[in-house]
Order: sequence, then structure tokens, then C-alpha cells
Amino acid sequence: MALARREFDAVVVGAGGSGMRAALELAEANLRVAVLSKVFPTRSHTVAAQGGVAASLGNVAEDNWHWHMYDTVKGSDYLGDQDAIEFMCRTAPEVVYELEHFGMPFDRTPDGRIYQRPFGGHMQNYGRNPVERACAAADRTGHAMLHTLYQRNVRAGTQFFVEWIALDLLRDAEGEVLGVVAMEIETGEVLIFQAHATLLATGGAGRIFASSTNAFINTGDGLGMVARAGLPLQDMEFFQFHPTGVYGAGVLITEGVRGEGGFLLNKNGERFMERYAPTAKDLASRDVVSRAMATEIKEGRGAGKDADHILLKLDHLGAEVIHKRLPGIRDIAIKFSNVDPVKDPIPVVPTAHYMMGGIPTNYHGQVVVPDGRGGDQVVRGLYAAGECACVSVHGANRLGCNSLLDLLVFGRAAGRRVISDLREEPHKPLPSDAADRPLARLARLETQKAGESVAEVSAEMRRVMQTHCGVFRFPDSLAEGVKKILTVAERAQRTGIQDKSKVFNTARVEALEVDNLIEVALATMISAEARKESRGAHDRSDYPKRDDANWMKHTLWYKEGNRLAYKPVKAKPLTVEPFEPKTRVY
Amino acid sequence: MRFSIYRYDPDVDAKPYLRDYDIALEPTDRMLLDALVRIKAEDDTFSFRRSCREGVCGSDAMNINGKNGLACITRLIELREPVVIRPLPGLPVIRDLVVDMSQFFKQYHSVKPYLVNDTQPPEKERLQSPEDREELDGLYECILCACCSASCPSFWWNPDKFVGPAGLLQAYRFIADTRDQATNDRLDNLEDPYRLFRCHSIMNCVDVCPKGLNPTRAIGKIKELLVKRSV
Repeated sequence: MALARREFDAVVVGAGGSGMRAALELAEANLRVAVLSKVFPTRSHTVAAQGGVAASLGNVAEDNWHWHMYDTVKGSDYLGDQDAIEFMCRTAPEVVYELEHFGMPFDRTPDGRIYQRPFGGHMQNYGRNPVERACAAADRTGHAMLHTLYQRNVRAGTQFFVEWIALDLLRDAEGEVLGVVAMEIETGEVLIFQAHATLLATGGAGRIFASSTNAFINTGDGLGMVARAGLPLQDMEFFQFHPTGVYGAGVLITEGVRGEGGFLLNKNGERFMERYAPTAKDLASRDVVSRAMATEIKEGRGAGKDADHILLKLDHLGAEVIHKRLPGIRDIAIKFSNVDPVKDPIPVVPTAHYMMGGIPTNYHGQVVVPDGRGGDQVVRGLYAAGECACVSVHGANRLGCNSLLDLLVFGRAAGRRVISDLREEPHKPLPSDAADRPLARLARLETQKAGESVAEVSAEMRRVMQTHCGVFRFPDSLAEGVKKILTVAERAQRTGIQDKSKVFNTARVEALEVDNLIEVALATMISAEARKESRGAHDRSDYPKRDDANWMKHTLWYKEGNRLAYKPVKAKPLTVEPFEPKTRVY
Repeated sequence: MRFSIYRYDPDVDAKPYLRDYDIALEPTDRMLLDALVRIKAEDDTFSFRRSCREGVCGSDAMNINGKNGLACITRLIELREPVVIRPLPGLPVIRDLVVDMSQFFKQYHSVKPYLVNDTQPPEKERLQSPEDREELDGLYECILCACCSASCPSFWWNPDKFVGPAGLLQAYRFIADTRDQATNDRLDNLEDPYRLFRCHSIMNCVDVCPKGLNPTRAIGKIKELLVKRSV
């Protein structure tokens, strides 16, 4: 089947924070850019971010980017690349001011500057005491940011392809990426988007877990595409469990609640974080708090009749602060847990939230693979930014508010790099088999007889990941998890759908998404089983300590043969002295 | 639990119809969206939009027992059976509960929904007092779900000419922003018998907004500014 083809300078896949920040850069440079999104841009999952975006503006208390950098390196449990971390923290104030100039409705300090609140792991003076670094618009910072970026793109005349799902990358024999094949959901039309630059900004894949703060659309589409194209995924074993997902529902309750003065209680009414993190207490970094909560529950001090959750108390902040700074989470608590936090604590549990790993890139947003000599080699034509990318600024554990920052800094950087890499030359001829893979995937769904139910396969995948790859990981359970997820992956190759309509066929979309999710699940489980240490979000009972001598290195997982390789952490920053690994205490 | 759901696939069906579903719910199914997802697991030909499942992305607006709302924050226990679910009224149906929102977004885009300020930005943030910032509360939170515009008779009759409550709320969001310099242009853009003045303050929009916003009040403020400007 010959596909219709359209040519662009750049195609951006995904219209969340990083995709739209990149698109803005490209559209304002008058490039011909196509932005593909499964959903209308303002429905992207950036919209659900609550607490803030990190930048050392110092509007409320003294701060600087060196402290922010230290916190981020420490938060990453020394797995983050220090060149990228320096770049991000140094650039943070600039991109936040820029966002304000775009019209972002930040809350304000009494003197009219951007309001900032404390957040987990953000400290003054190299870890001394908590600092107000999270720039916030109430508890709707992601909503405000995503809408602002969309609005700015409307102004710039960015061309959006709304409700298109990208299926696979186009690569030629030299490995250069030449664009994507995508399908319009409304009509089922499949089209080739040929471009000099392809920028993946497809977000996370929290939907590999049964209990997740993530939206239905967070299915790791960019990661699936990259894996099928033979490129590796990096550090996939590091998946963040957010301390405060609503018990039973998974919906996120921002760390900003604790930033504003809320705290966690066990069934005895004890503020147990004081035992685990004497200085930062409830504002220790997320891996530490989630583990402390899981320990309390495991040791029988959980709240409720099944002693299976923790209480987040904030009534002492007073109705006024809650209405002004945390109105969204009050709504969520009332709707999803029948609790008004003005009066009663919210039942919460650690919940799968954020993928630290992803598509390996450098800090320019270029996708890289090992060059065989211990360094990196750029994959021509391919870029990635945001949660789908692993720069790596988050290492083994991301700090709160560094995700929205990541979107702005690396969305912009990737956009700029696309512009500087752009060549004034005609598009290369496409290999005759370039679109075979996506067409074969669609054809299989069309003709599959007695297929596996998409709903059942994906539910089984989520159960396996939740059971075998959670906050605490055990060697036998991981080994069993690998076996089980390989079986699920087999089943995922035989999914079938009843719906054969061309028109807005969401059964087909969900089946295509499972193809992507299962790659992410495999990468996560297999990388986790192999890492014989505990670091950041990866906690193993048989190797309870961090092992820098053997494991201060990035994991690379390849789809073919589920092969693993490793590459060194970039411990050298761009302009400052490195932060040497030490024991993490909060 | 019993549901009666509007179904229409132009590829297959000659005309729309209501299909009944009897679904066994689990104790963890709290919201209407949970039930819809369960129905889809049994009948994958049923199409609807959904994403965040917490009322912030605006994907799953639909007409639920006669009233527009978001499936993900509509509690099942509060629904009368059989629960009748239809697509948002007044918008062309693409399939099942999926409507064509082009006209809705066209009206949103027509109000120039972005900050206009052509002065050189300062090195840091533009200052704005907390009181001035408070003027944006109740405006910037709109999630563009279209519950309001799709409940508004004026928008049903003139979707090409009347901006509708969602678009007008956003028009006022920028008028109210002390950093924005285009108030006059924005008012010019709306001073029209259709674009603004088709609003007759029947307040359906306020009644259905899942975020508790008040487009009618914002529209009133725009009208006030137009009056002030003319005297």
C-alpha cells in the first residue's frame, strides 16, 4: 500500500509541556512544523501537574542555582548526569521568567513577584534547610502552564494535527530518522510525515502500573516507537512512586500540601517522617517518603480498618490557606475520598507517578546511542524531550517540580538544536520498506482471529508490574515478574479487536497503545531485575545499599533479545566542580 | 447498573440509537467513567474520549441524564437509573459520544486567547499585585470541556456567530489581566450583536460548569466595560 506523504522541516510528536515549548521555538523561527497529538493539546497530561515549577528565583528566601543543582544531584542518588543537571538548574530562572512573559498566571508575593513554596528535597545551603523554590499557580501549575504554552502557540500559528497517533519511526539504512508514520483517529487515515527532524515528546507511561496517577493517554508511545526501531531505553528500572496518591483512586495530591505545612500521620497519629528524615521531615525527597510510608504500612501502623494507608493532615493550615493555595486538591479529596481536608485528613498511599528513565538524549535533546568507545553518538534526525526522554537530570529519583522545569528547559533546548541542525536540502528518498512495520501492525489488528482481549492483556500487564516491581523489590519476585511479563508480551502480539470501523476507532488506538506499553513494561522489569543494588526509587531487599563501585552507571535496554548494556554516568558538570557521591540523609 | 447509551457509527449504522447495557460494577467503581471503561472492556465498539480521569483535562464531557458534565467526576451513586448518556448537545456527532468540537475551538481561537503585551519584557517577571492576580481566579481554570457552550441555546442556534460562554470567559481572562495591553481591541472584537450580545443570561453555563466557574458573570463584566467605554 502506497501511503500519502507530507513534508515538514520538523515533526513534533506530543503536545504536552515539552512538545509545545519546542514547537513554539520552531514556529517562531518560521520553520514548517507539524505537531501531532493524540488529544487536543490542552488535554495532555502536563495539565495535571499541581505543585509548581522549580527555579531558584529567590523571591521568598535566598536561593541560587548551585543549591538547586546540589539538591538535584543528591535527589538523583548520584545517577543524574551533572552536565545536564547544571544546564537545567542554571537555565531555570530564565525559562520561568519567559513563561511569565508568555502570560502564565503565577500566584504572587505581596511585592508582586512570582509566588514560591517549599517542596520535597529543595534546600538552602547544600541540604541545610527547606527553601521556597517551587513557582506556583495555586495547585494548578501544570494546567496554567499547558494552557499558556498552547495559547502562545496559537499566537505563533503552530500547525497542530489533533487526534493523530504516531505509529512508528521512519529510518533509512544509515539509521537516520526521516519522520514518522501516523494515523488520524477520526478517519483511520494513515499518513507519512517526512521531516528533517523528529522530536518525540510523548510523555510518560504510568499506565504500566495498576495504581497510577497517570492519565489513560500515558502509554509510552515514543518509547515503544524507539524500542521497535532498535534503539535503547535508558534507566527504566527507576519509576517514581509519589507518596500521596488518593487511596483507592490513585489521583495525585500535590507535595505542595506538605510544602504549605501539611504532614503525614500513621494510625497512631504519629508524625512518623521525623524518624526517617529528621531535618527535611515530610519534605524529604519522594523515594524516601514513599519508602517510609510503605514501611509504616508493612509494620502494621497504617491507618484504616485494613491498616493499608497513611493520613495526610492539612486542616491545621486553615480554610483560608486551603482555599487560596490548594483549592484543586480540596476538590479532589471531596470527590475521590469523601473527605473535606479543611476538617479531616486525606487517606493516601504511594502511587506510581513518574518515569525517570526514557529515550537516552544529551542535554541538547539529541537522541544518543553508545559509540562503542565509551561515548555517545547522535542518532541523526531524532530528538526527545520531557518525560519520554532520559537526559538524565532525574537519575534514580526526581525532585518535585523538576519535571515541569525539565519540560521548559529541554523542550526549548531541543527546539533550538533542531533549528541549528537544520540543513537546507531536499528530503531524502524513503526506503521502499520504510512504512512496513506500522502497516503490518495495523494489518494484523485488521485480520487477527480469536485475538486476546486488549483490556485483559493490559490489565494483566498492570497487575504483574504492580505486584513485582513496586516500591519494595525482592529478588524472587523480580525474577518471577520477568517470566510473567514475557508471557504477557507474547499475548500482546496476538491482541484482537471487534471494532473494525474507520471512524474514531478507540479500540484500535488502545490496541496500538498496548504495543507501546508492553515495551516499557519489559524494559522496566528486566532492567530492575538486573540492577543488584538499591538506589533512589529502586529498592531491593537483597541489596539494600547503593553500590557506587559496581552500579554507578546507566542501564540501556534493547528490545532485541531483551539485551542490557551499561554506560557511565556523566559526573562532570559544565563549569563547576562535581558533586561527589555521599550518603543521602534528609 | 443500567445504562442507556447513544450509539452511532456512520461506518455501520443508518441512524443513531440508544443501546442498553447492564453492567456489574466493582466496589472500586465510583465514577461514571469507571462504568464506561467497564462497558468498553465488554463491547470495544463503544467510543468516547477520556484521559486524566480526575476532571482536569476536559476530555470526557457528555450529556448525563439530561445534564452536561464530566464522566470522570460524576459519582455513580448520584445517578438515576437507567443512566441515559448522550453526546454533548448542539455539536455534530462523529461517533457514539465523540463530538466534533471544531466550531467550539474556532470560537475560542477567535478571542485571541493569548497575552498581548508588546513592550520589552523586563529581565525578571512582570510585576502583578496579589489583588490584580486574584482577578484571574475563576477565569484561568477553564478546561475547555465545552459543557457550558453545549448547554447554551444561543450557541446551539448560532455556533458560527456567537462566541459562546467558554470563549467569552477566556476573552475576559485576558481583559482582566493587568499585564495585557489589548483591552480595546478585545472589546472591538466582541462589540457585535452576535459575538457577545447573544448571551441572554439564562445561566445554563453556570449550572453545568464542572469547575464551578461563572461565564455569565464574566460576560456581564465585558458588557459593563463596553458601556463604560461608550460614555
